[in-house]
Amino acid sequence: MSYLDYSLATSPAGWRKILHVHWPLVFLIGAVSSIGFLMLYSVAGGDLGTWAEPQMKRFAVGLIVMFVIGFTPIKVWKGLSVVGYVGTVLLLVAVELFGSMGMGAQRWLELGPIRLQPSELMKITLVMMLAAYYDWLDPQKVSRPLWVLIPVLLILIPAALVLKQPNLGTTLLLLAGGGAVMLVAGVSLWYFGAVIGTAIGLVSAVFESRGTSWQLIKDYQFRRIDTFLDPSADPLGAGYNIMQAKIALGSGGWSGKGFMQGTQSQLNFLPEKHTDFIFNTLAEEFGFVGGISLLALYVLIIGFCFLSAFSNRDRYGALVTYGIATAFFLLIAVNMGMVMGMLPVVGVPLPLVSNGGTAMIILLMGFGLVQSAHIHRPR
Amino acid sequence: MRRAQHLVVEASRQMTRRGFLLGSLQGAFIGALAWRMRQLQIEQAGEFQLLADENRIKIRLIPPARGLIQDRKGVLLAGNEQNYRITIIREDTEDVPGALADLSRLIALSDEDIAKLIAEIEKRSPTLPITIADRLTWEEFSRVAVNAPALPGVSTEVGLSRIYPHRGDFAHVLGYVGPVSDYDLSKMENPDPILQIPKFQIGKLGIEAKLEEVLRGSAGVKRVEVNVRGREMREIDRREGDAGANVVLTLDARLQNFLIARLGAESAAAVAIDLEAGDILAIGSAPTFDPNLFVRGISSADYALLTENDHRPLADKTVQGAYPPGSTFKMVTALAALEAGVVSPGETVYCPGFTQLGDRKFHCWRRGGHGHVDMERSLEQSCDVYYYEIAQRVGIDRIAEMARRLGIGVKHDLPMSAVSEGVAPDKLWKQTRYGKDWIIGDTLNSAIGQGYVLASPLQLAVMAGRLATGKALSPRLIKALDDVPLPKPEAPPLGIPEAHLAAVRGGMHAVMNGNRGTASASRTVDASVVMAGKTGTSQVRNISAAERAAGVTRNEDLPWERRDHALFVCYAPYDAPRVAVSVVVEHGGGGSAVAAPLARDILLYALFDGLPPLDVYPSAQREKMRELLEKMPLADPSTFTTGGISRA
Repeated sequence: MSYLDYSLATSPAGWRKILHVHWPLVFLIGAVSSIGFLMLYSVAGGDLGTWAEPQMKRFAVGLIVMFVIGFTPIKVWKGLSVVGYVGTVLLLVAVELFGSMGMGAQRWLELGPIRLQPSELMKITLVMMLAAYYDWLDPQKVSRPLWVLIPVLLILIPAALVLKQPNLGTTLLLLAGGGAVMLVAGVSLWYFGAVIGTAIGLVSAVFESRGTSWQLIKDYQFRRIDTFLDPSADPLGAGYNIMQAKIALGSGGWSGKGFMQGTQSQLNFLPEKHTDFIFNTLAEEFGFVGGISLLALYVLIIGFCFLSAFSNRDRYGALVTYGIATAFFLLIAVNMGMVMGMLPVVGVPLPLVSNGGTAMIILLMGFGLVQSAHIHRPR
Repeated sequence: MRRAQHLVVEASRQMTRRGFLLGSLQGAFIGALAWRMRQLQIEQAGEFQLLADENRIKIRLIPPARGLIQDRKGVLLAGNEQNYRITIIREDTEDVPGALADLSRLIALSDEDIAKLIAEIEKRSPTLPITIADRLTWEEFSRVAVNAPALPGVSTEVGLSRIYPHRGDFAHVLGYVGPVSDYDLSKMENPDPILQIPKFQIGKLGIEAKLEEVLRGSAGVKRVEVNVRGREMREIDRREGDAGANVVLTLDARLQNFLIARLGAESAAAVAIDLEAGDILAIGSAPTFDPNLFVRGISSADYALLTENDHRPLADKTVQGAYPPGSTFKMVTALAALEAGVVSPGETVYCPGFTQLGDRKFHCWRRGGHGHVDMERSLEQSCDVYYYEIAQRVGIDRIAEMARRLGIGVKHDLPMSAVSEGVAPDKLWKQTRYGKDWIIGDTLNSAIGQGYVLASPLQLAVMAGRLATGKALSPRLIKALDDVPLPKPEAPPLGIPEAHLAAVRGGMHAVMNGNRGTASASRTVDASVVMAGKTGTSQVRNISAAERAAGVTRNEDLPWERRDHALFVCYAPYDAPRVAVSVVVEHGGGGSAVAAPLARDILLYALFDGLPPLDVYPSAQREKMRELLEKMPLADPSTFTTGGISRA
């Protein structure tokens, strides 16, 4: 038995962990983030300092965090799951009580120089909590009503708190992300059918409530839905953003208008071009080729996570990996669906590419967990 | 907790199956995303590219350069200058007071200006550019342009703006331009889209207004790339428009300058006509105003000064003003009587100082009367009774007909604003106008140019010119359009027998050169510029019998607005007439004392094409004339150079 065979057969320790890091995943994350830096440089009109440079710094910090988390044994994280979950829920409560208002919603907690957005952290800790729960639970009991009710509550408590902020986008991501972990954990498909049926009923109720005293969501949220359903009806009002976004994307054509040549983004017709609509700048300047390439990189990231999960015999590690990959997928799906006019505008950034500090670091923390599960998987 | 091995394996397998299920769902959605991307970027790309171009490309009109206006010698009367201005768009400026404070360090902006601007900016639409400063120097303009990146919302613009280098000299005849108003647009049926350009200037008055279509030119078009706020980022391409056509006028800038200076502070008008083709050499109304003030947007204080002045600087007295011509009308009455054969030039009429008509007395201006006067003496001394007598013989209708032949009571077609027709009254006119029968007293008043008769200074100059030449001269102002000279019109003969004209001209010669001529004080002593003329003093009030008995109040003792108008018409040289001049001085007093010297000096300037030599004046007047001419505030000769100011 050579040294290498030996080292692969047992969980690595110390510096040898470096050999067991999922390097393709790291490089893909770096590639996608680099595309982000490039686009942030472009939308700032060729200026590094506006968005690209701070984003690079955050990425560097996030990368260190990822490796620190990744090199820490997965058992440690499993042990911290409950604490993390409870702590994040408490932070959400704190936001509710002391948080800062931004865009009509309470989302941030100002802790000295740090601006903490617990709803972002919740995406990770919820996945960890659910993974720990299913790791602990006897697989034969997963579909029993009482044992289904517990994870449902674990999901609904933070989801309700985030909805209260209000942040519809993150709420839906928490629900879908949590649901995905439950699905992978083996909860009977009948439950999912029931939930989907109920959701359809609920959506009808939301629409029924419009304009009545018991209106369930805010007016601006209704307007976003209206805009989604028919963006051209009010092209200078609420539908303006999505119309301009589609024009930017569509006018890119096959190969795009060239780096920094996107008229929609460079002339500011495209709104929120450095955050939610950054994909449209990419698609305008690099065309279908550029857009599909980024999508392919995303598919590879998600695919590698799934492959890692398939081969991981540790139930907690696999569940966390599925959960993180799904959360990542949901961000991509909701953002790209939104900017291409397939989903309503809910204000979800494009992961690793959109400008934004918390989201970038949280994502890299999540990938840190994936690395940890991968490095410390049972041999 | 221990689990049976097979259960662990089963759970692991189930998780892998569910993982596949989840992965498939995700893959399906990503497939949908890719399909959507293909749909938007490949199938509908053309459509979206069109929409993107529609967003970014705006078509802007390029205002054409307005046609220049030049005098007969090519001196620029109305030109265009580069106008550097600074505008602000509130929406693009976060801190308007701050931006203005920054600007005040670059250009002259007082705190008061800033307060006014802030008030205006707050009032207007946040997306419209509002002019902060206009007509900056190049240095100021470039200082702001260099600092533009630090001044969001502030932009620099260059445009063409009308300039009148001779200021007040041509104010009434040229008029002025100003920004298009909603009122202007409401009057037009199919407004040229060019008029929508902010601050586009159109002619508001005078030649600028009448020749608007010639001077305006046609707009060019440029395609520019704009950002979401409509700010121009770059120009894609352009097609220049056509500049407006240049207009060459018959006017002479130096003569006009002299005329305005000579009228001085009087409320007066003067017209000089070249007798070859009816070219108007100078046409000026005093006091005047600076049309550049109106181009720039006149302040309410300046405007109030103009409107409150009792000498009415804004009124164009040359063509809009209609005055009782007084004794200058006597040639009309004389020619009408000669043509009717009711009087011969040598026939005398006795003037006792008045004519008794029923119980009314019509006085001659000379209380003691003129004794026996023939036609020449009647004109020389301006005897009123002679005309009372012959007017009764000829009747008003023939007098009116002669007046119209000589150019009074008809509208001369000139590109100026509100050209007056004057009034040559006859029986039908009074019936139509007042619904009253003509009475004989009206005829007597009309015979001496009082009563209903009204003539503009232009008409009086045309009359003098027609008398001098015997031709139906038509005044004209435009010498060439778009560099094509207009043909000189051939004036048809008036159809008045030469003998009749000679009799009247002889009288006019005596007015200036006879011993007792009413304007003999204004005669010339040079044989080459012998003048013929006629004085006129028209009353603007009725003199009651009681007042007359007590002695008519002297003009100097009356308030200004009740004094008589002073008039004079003349031409020269007597035997080969070249130029005719008319002068009307509102409430000036006597025609001989006030109007005649003005008319003489203008006429001489026109004949000599500059200041006349002093020896044309009687020796006793030379010293006084030298002093007067030297002191005249004439413009610097350099302002009359041709081609000195190019099209900007």
